[in-house]
Amino acid sequence: MDWLINFLTEFPQMSRQGLRDMKKMIDGSYREFSREYGEAIESFFDPLLWFLVKFEELLQITPWPVVILVVAGLAWWGARSWTIVIGSIVSFLLIGWFGMWEDTMSTLAIVSVSTFICIALGIPLGILMARSDRLQSMVTPVLDIMQTIPAFVYLIPVVMLLGIGKVPGLLSVCIYAIPPIVRLTNLGIRLVEKEALEAADAFGASYKQRLFGVQIPLALPNIFAGVNQTIMMALSMVVIASMIGVAGLGVPVLKSISNQYLALGMMNGLAIVVLAIIFDRVSQSFGLRLQKHRHGAQHD
Amino acid sequence: MTDIKIKIENLYKIFGPKPKSVLQRVKDGMSKQDLLEQHGHVLGLKDINIDIPAQGISVIMGLSGSGKSTLIRHINRLIEPTAGKMIVDGDDVLAMSKNKLIDFRRHKASMVFQKFGLHVHRTVAENVAYGLVVQGTPLKKAKEQSHKWLDRVGLAGFEEHYPSQLSGGMQQRVGLARALATDAEILLMDEAFSALDPLIRTDMQDVLLDLQEELHKTIVFITHDLDEALRIGDTIAILRDGAVIQQGDPQDIIMHPNDDYIVDFIQDINRGRVIRLRTLMSEGTAINGLALNQNMVLEEALPLVADTAEKACNVVDDANNILGSIDLNQVITGLARPKVETNPENRYR
Repeated sequence: MDWLINFLTEFPQMSRQGLRDMKKMIDGSYREFSREYGEAIESFFDPLLWFLVKFEELLQITPWPVVILVVAGLAWWGARSWTIVIGSIVSFLLIGWFGMWEDTMSTLAIVSVSTFICIALGIPLGILMARSDRLQSMVTPVLDIMQTIPAFVYLIPVVMLLGIGKVPGLLSVCIYAIPPIVRLTNLGIRLVEKEALEAADAFGASYKQRLFGVQIPLALPNIFAGVNQTIMMALSMVVIASMIGVAGLGVPVLKSISNQYLALGMMNGLAIVVLAIIFDRVSQSFGLRLQKHRHGAQHD
Repeated sequence: MTDIKIKIENLYKIFGPKPKSVLQRVKDGMSKQDLLEQHGHVLGLKDINIDIPAQGISVIMGLSGSGKSTLIRHINRLIEPTAGKMIVDGDDVLAMSKNKLIDFRRHKASMVFQKFGLHVHRTVAENVAYGLVVQGTPLKKAKEQSHKWLDRVGLAGFEEHYPSQLSGGMQQRVGLARALATDAEILLMDEAFSALDPLIRTDMQDVLLDLQEELHKTIVFITHDLDEALRIGDTIAILRDGAVIQQGDPQDIIMHPNDDYIVDFIQDINRGRVIRLRTLMSEGTAINGLALNQNMVLEEALPLVADTAEKACNVVDDANNILGSIDLNQVITGLARPKVETNPENRYR
């Protein structure tokens, strides 16, 4: 009887020794792998690093009035709204006035580059997923993992492989931020009305004509929601990424957590929020502007 | 009129995971019900053989679930067949390569849809130009054509509107203009007017008939509405449970329905508006009196015949050659619903 009670109350566990050996084995082989291929993989990302560094440098050396002008110009180009333009100018002036200019430029650089990467990879992947149910069923769980696994957990292998610095930071931001754009591109294309597609087929549209002429334009609301989400997630990841050496607004936030600097933390946190709002409004209204048919009087 | 443009031969369509595996059973006469219960496949079309004459309006009619929309989608192969041939101008559409099929869809056959199938992100003019743009027509020419056809369907001035800004009837005019703009010889119309309310539907039928008088397209028109079928169809094929149960001259179908299902169908039609004099006249017997066109419907002829002293009129063709005559009695009996003796045992239900 004793063994039965024991069996039921204590979970049958792997032996301590065995568990330790297993972990050691995994750690060891991964370490081996990173020693072996780490450099090669790092050099693979060199162009990316170069791009990021140059972009950041450019933002840093450009005189601040020029940067503000460019931001205002982009806001106008994207949104065509004076409120957003003036809002952006005032926010940037305040950020500079409170001494956060350089950090903001660094954050702007990494968010822009990672958003660009996410869009460049995510939209094509979403398109492919929409085309094939099998690919969808393979990619979806991966996206689920990427979205739910605590960011710290995948920071470990990334850091082991690439060390501390911009590239691993960029990579972890991308891992965190890419799922929404992939998901929403896939969803958007799958939700395109069957009738509109059938009409395209009936008139002899080729695959390309169908994709670029019908599917993508009609999926735009969802695709833009994805772009938007990706930007927001990239911005929120900036703080965590600063733990592995990404410069920017996350660094002072991290510092204020460990030192209980309320004001510093708040100011930098709010700067991130301001960036998020500007990105959000500009990208949203740009997306809306691309869909002219949604304006004007509707019948019925 | 007698040239055959589209020849549908032994066409079968079975929906399900392995249609080929049950094809032989269907050919051996297994019913739709048995196929579904025993094999989990749905019979879409069963041994369809229809000849569609060039330059006429051929109506395929049936109730929902009869397979008519499936059938029309085989003509431009939006649906892949299980077996059979679809010969258009000597070429089997169902055997075409991908590129040939795209070419066929671009130049040979265009389509109008029940739910319009317009592209909401394009303006009305861009929608009409769509088929041309897909063909690779230069934008300027496509635009000219699109304006021309919008004008023809009575939508001049709406070029820069978006479809969502138009009413259903106007949207379908856009759909029609889009299909006509490609200059395809074949026009496939899948319940094109079924989503419109009755007045607008009649209106659109008139638009179509007017255009057809001049364009002489080969039109395949799907409908569930017998009045519509009789109004515009030069020939009619009636579909039930995926099989053709009667096809031919509409007048012939009304006068000699060969199935209880069709008898039920024609119970409620307005005979005065669909039966034409040529159907009822006594051939060859000319009399002295008024001459009426052979295609006049009874409703119009009745007061005219009743007004004559002879209570009878001659029936003539378009060139005024006398074909026969008709008297008041014939007109009146033609209007009455024929008594049909049906054996309840044999009823299709």
